[in-house]
Amino acid sequence: MTADLVAWVMVLALAAYACAGGTDYGAGFWDLTAGGAERGKRPRWLIDHAMAPVWEVNNVWLIFVFIVMWTGFPAMFQAVFGALWLPLALAAIGLVLRGAGFALRKPTRRLAQRRIYGAMFAVSSLLTPFFLGAALGAVASGRVAVGTAASAHAWANPTSVLTGLLAIAATAFLGAVFLCSDARRFGADDLVDHFRLRALLAFCAVVVLGLIGLPVTHDDARYVWEGLTGGWGLLLLVLAAICGLVTAVLLLRRSYRWSRYTAVASVALTVGAWGCAQRPYLLPTTLTVADGAGAPQSMHWLAIVTAIAVLLVGPALVLLYRLDTMGELEPLTDADTQAAGAPGDNL
Amino acid sequence: MLSTAALLANSTPPQLLPARELMAFTLASHILLVPFGVALPFITLLMHHRGLRRKDEVALKLARRWSAVMAVQFAIGVVTGTVLSFELGLLWPGMMGRWGDVFGLGFGIEAWAFFLEAVLIAIYLYGWRRLKPWTHFWLAAPLPFAALMGAFGIIAANSWMNTPQGFRLDAQGKPVDIDVRQAIFTPMFGPEYWHFVVAMFLTAGYVVAGVYAVGWLRGRRDRYHRLGFTLPFTVAAVLTPVQFMIGDSAARAVYQKQPIKFAAMEIVWETGTHMPEYLFGRLNSDGTISGGIKIPQLDSILAGFKPSTRVTGLTAVPADARPTVVQATIAHWAFDIMVTIGSLLILLALWYGWCWLRHRDLPRSRWFFRCAAVAGAACLLTVECGWITTEVGRQPWIVYNQMRVSEAVTDTRAGSLWAMLGIMIVVYVGVFGAFLAVILKMRTRWRIADEGGTAGPVDPPPETDTPYGPRSEPEPTGAGTTPGGGSDGTPGGAA
Repeated sequence: MTADLVAWVMVLALAAYACAGGTDYGAGFWDLTAGGAERGKRPRWLIDHAMAPVWEVNNVWLIFVFIVMWTGFPAMFQAVFGALWLPLALAAIGLVLRGAGFALRKPTRRLAQRRIYGAMFAVSSLLTPFFLGAALGAVASGRVAVGTAASAHAWANPTSVLTGLLAIAATAFLGAVFLCSDARRFGADDLVDHFRLRALLAFCAVVVLGLIGLPVTHDDARYVWEGLTGGWGLLLLVLAAICGLVTAVLLLRRSYRWSRYTAVASVALTVGAWGCAQRPYLLPTTLTVADGAGAPQSMHWLAIVTAIAVLLVGPALVLLYRLDTMGELEPLTDADTQAAGAPGDNL
Repeated sequence: MLSTAALLANSTPPQLLPARELMAFTLASHILLVPFGVALPFITLLMHHRGLRRKDEVALKLARRWSAVMAVQFAIGVVTGTVLSFELGLLWPGMMGRWGDVFGLGFGIEAWAFFLEAVLIAIYLYGWRRLKPWTHFWLAAPLPFAALMGAFGIIAANSWMNTPQGFRLDAQGKPVDIDVRQAIFTPMFGPEYWHFVVAMFLTAGYVVAGVYAVGWLRGRRDRYHRLGFTLPFTVAAVLTPVQFMIGDSAARAVYQKQPIKFAAMEIVWETGTHMPEYLFGRLNSDGTISGGIKIPQLDSILAGFKPSTRVTGLTAVPADARPTVVQATIAHWAFDIMVTIGSLLILLALWYGWCWLRHRDLPRSRWFFRCAAVAGAACLLTVECGWITTEVGRQPWIVYNQMRVSEAVTDTRAGSLWAMLGIMIVVYVGVFGAFLAVILKMRTRWRIADEGGTAGPVDPPPETDTPYGPRSEPEPTGAGTTPGGGSDGTPGGAA
């Protein structure tokens, strides 16, 4: 019972990471495709401004996913990190480069250096979600079991590759939808259309990959496939699809007010659908939630700590996102800290 | 005995060394940023409060600049910290798989505290321009508490690894009957926690003060440097003697709870009373000690206040259950360096306190400022040493007396781990180098501005509004429609 609850906490945290972190990765994706220094200057300016106050918070969700995993389901944690060594190691390196690239680009005033940091940030924004998605695909396809040795087989397979690509497409979609609203918020009207087009393209990519996924995963990830095509899994997936379509329609009609909510809902519902489809397994067909659960007392306390934390962090998080959307959060500028240009600055 | 040694040699998997090195390297790097994550918000808020309370523009300028540094430092800390949570799974799946549910809750507390910290720090760093001054300050006021809570979680997990409890082993050796409260509040928790927290505040204080001490030595004797030096230095100086007492009691807790670690820290070979203290020196495999300064009786006195105190030696346990002579020597040196620097810092703090009491002024000696300038770096070294002492002194156990490091290590081939270590070294050297370069560049640009530099503010309107002042309605369209949002008159440079 508590184990099920904790398992759902884990799925929710994962959904939160997919939405919050995903939006971030998506922004990085559009940074990568924004073009050269001159052409890409405005989109990059927007991406910097929109992401800066929230990206650290968005990425803490991942740490929380891990912690729930090793405290709640230590056997699963061990199995996943054992079998998926390489993609997770690459994702970790990607995370460092991404965070450092983004953080260091802001205070840098030389174009050449900004290019390097920007490239670090953008390329790893592509690689990190791919490897995390591939790891998820490996779990969903039942290739990870307790004791599985690390091998390419676990993650270099159709389901994993597809999930990785889907992760990139979904983050690109989320990122573009959010940047659309941000462009309006910052009054950069031409960028609204820029990102509107990209949001629609990314949506098409998600749909295409989803359709390709149906036959590919039919045999490759049988258990989850069946879970997604029947029962609660199907219901959530249909709802996710509807939310996705509504987002696309809203974008087409240029009514941006609700589009970010529907986009987030579609991604969160998809993660939820996966969670439903995988029930009652943590690792499909080999390890159930009940079998993989940690000690009851730890589970119990994990639930309590989570509840207290939701009470503490929830309001703070709401405040942050609210202040951010109200435009109350702005980075300090050189004028605020009274900095002068130094020789060699050229930005 | 010989067969045990042979077994030990065989049971040391080849991936152990690279896994250890990788963990050590990434943790040693991350720990350098921890003092600033934990304590810099507090020091900045003190300065901020002073600025608001006394309407002190200089104090506000310092607080704003420190928060600009914090923004970069915190971001790097977040990513290097995330890497560590990956590595717990990538390198030590055995430990997490078996003990995750026993001691993982500490990390759970840490994660939430850290979450809160990330939210509050984001509001603080980005709230300077638009929030009302006091609202801005009070929204950030819980930051130090969130940081203390985060440290609570991490130290709970680490102290559990040192003195594990709160479980019972069943017939298969699997932990059952877990008592979470016992697992969090282990015997080493209290001493380790306070020692750590105070170390963080101390280090952040000395490092920040050190920056202005350098400026002072270079002849910048204005109020800006004076204030920037005095506030963080006072925080650190007050805490230095406190830390000495806490450190001393922490060492005594180790003596009681982890006698073999204590033996390694003090390179005690045979159990006995009236044990001498060795300052530095090297432990040989036959138990003799080369070099170092020997002080008779002192080790026993330090451990139990009288010469007849019995100190356990390394040989009290089999060779495969204690640190090797090399590890013991490393732990001993790390411990001695930490204590030596701590003692020197006390002298510095006393010097400062004396001058303050006598003259209500900073010491005038250039030597004082020279010492203050290196105190920050010395503190960072001490932090590393403290961490080496506790981690190397625990060897070969990852969970003291319960699980060896070699049992916890991943099955991944040594080659992959060496490759990953190589990549991580390159990445971290690059990232930390760039981080330092960016910070130094920021400092240079501030100095040019303070000296009435010719270049003038880099940003065009509307960002010339001073924070907390009346502002023209910020219309970011301006920045949006002029492609050179942050250009300072050299737009051609961006082409």
